[in-house]
Amino acid sequence: MKSVSLGVMAGMLLFCSVPAFAQTHPASAPSAATAPVISSDGKLYADFGGHDGLVALMDDFMVILLADPRTKDFFVAVDQTRVKVELVSQFCQILGGGCTYTGKDMKTVHAKLGVHQADFLALVEDLQIAMDRKHIPFRAQNQLLAALAPQHRDVVTEP
Amino acid sequence: MKTVFSRMAIATSFVCATLVYAGRAQAEDFFTYASGKLLLTGGVSQVEGAAGGGLTPWAVIGSYGSRDQTGANAYYTTIGTQDYKITSYGALIGIHDRVELSYARQDFDTQQVGAALGLGAGYTISQDTIGVKVKLTGDAVLEQDSWLPQIALGAQFKSNKNGNLVKALGARDDQSTDYYISATKLLLAQGVLVNGTLRATKANQFGILGYGGQDNTYHLQAEGSVAYLVNRHLAVGAEFRTKPDNLGVAKEGAAVDIFAAYALNKHLSLTLAYADLGNIVTRRQSGLYVSLQGGF
Repeated sequence: MKSVSLGVMAGMLLFCSVPAFAQTHPASAPSAATAPVISSDGKLYADFGGHDGLVALMDDFMVILLADPRTKDFFVAVDQTRVKVELVSQFCQILGGGCTYTGKDMKTVHAKLGVHQADFLALVEDLQIAMDRKHIPFRAQNQLLAALAPQHRDVVTEP
Repeated sequence: MKTVFSRMAIATSFVCATLVYAGRAQAEDFFTYASGKLLLTGGVSQVEGAAGGGLTPWAVIGSYGSRDQTGANAYYTTIGTQDYKITSYGALIGIHDRVELSYARQDFDTQQVGAALGLGAGYTISQDTIGVKVKLTGDAVLEQDSWLPQIALGAQFKSNKNGNLVKALGARDDQSTDYYISATKLLLAQGVLVNGTLRATKANQFGILGYGGQDNTYHLQAEGSVAYLVNRHLAVGAEFRTKPDNLGVAKEGAAVDIFAAYALNKHLSLTLAYADLGNIVTRRQSGLYVSLQGGF
């Protein structure tokens, strides 16, 4: 058992000294599907209030993103109306609303933005706040977030 | 048992109501957060100071620091059982969501049992634990299109402050190191978090009664947690932790708990649990577990 412990110790030291070794490198990981369809019966889409609900959600979401010092800089200078339209279309496709997202893939869109993981998580948090304000059921929120979460591999470009 | 549960339910609803009220009063938790990770995804502080549930470490790195941040927190926990009062307090830092360093102190107040054993009422046994945890792979929260859990390797360097006593009770040593591997996965669409931990240990009763006994070898022990996310602020769940039964003087069994963890915001969380720690020397010990954690 002593040798096992030493092996464990050695393993820990190895990972301590080269933390990047075990980390999934964003560039080598497979791209996440931009908008996987996760529901087909229309119920999830209805939980979000359908098209009108998504439009209202995005309006709130953008206001929150612009007020949040952590995310403001990413959105202040972009065509916000277009971003909101693209997000409605993407979320609608994911939620089984029958839309087809025709915007660019997430990797291309975020390639030069220099997004850190903390920025990505801040955006998720702001989306949660927006969804809470629209009284979207927690379970439905999490189903959407679970579909969106893998996008971190395309969106987060900074180590 | 029934009264304990109802007492706990009352305590839980009271504290939750207070915290919810306090949360509303501060105009939502808008921008009061400093660091990246989502609420509660750094776990709470387990009894030996690592991030996890109350009893068992998780593979998550403690604090709200994300991959490009460093965060820290401190905690204070009390467990009152039939015969003992256990307090545990400590702190940890989470570095770049990769490495976690922790320190914890446990004080085990024997109360009247101390008197019965001739040690004196309120005789207290203490243990210091220095913890290291390293994330090996995976991301419990973000990798939602993969079944791969987050996996971490950890060590807890333990030092019992009452060596003469624990050796007199049959322990072989007053210092020892636990090693563990944890796998944690958040099934976000279902709102369920699962964790499994395997621990190699010589510790008797977490180390409160020293290390080694009838034999002086490492024992492989299983631990597990499951938690259900009720909303962004509240998780409820259950845990178990098996322990070696290696000290001749008294039987030792597994510990289990059911818990509710409430995060007011990223700076303050409260965990209430009903814990059954199994037999500790005299008889089966169970009671209310209360833990407060603050951090940034």
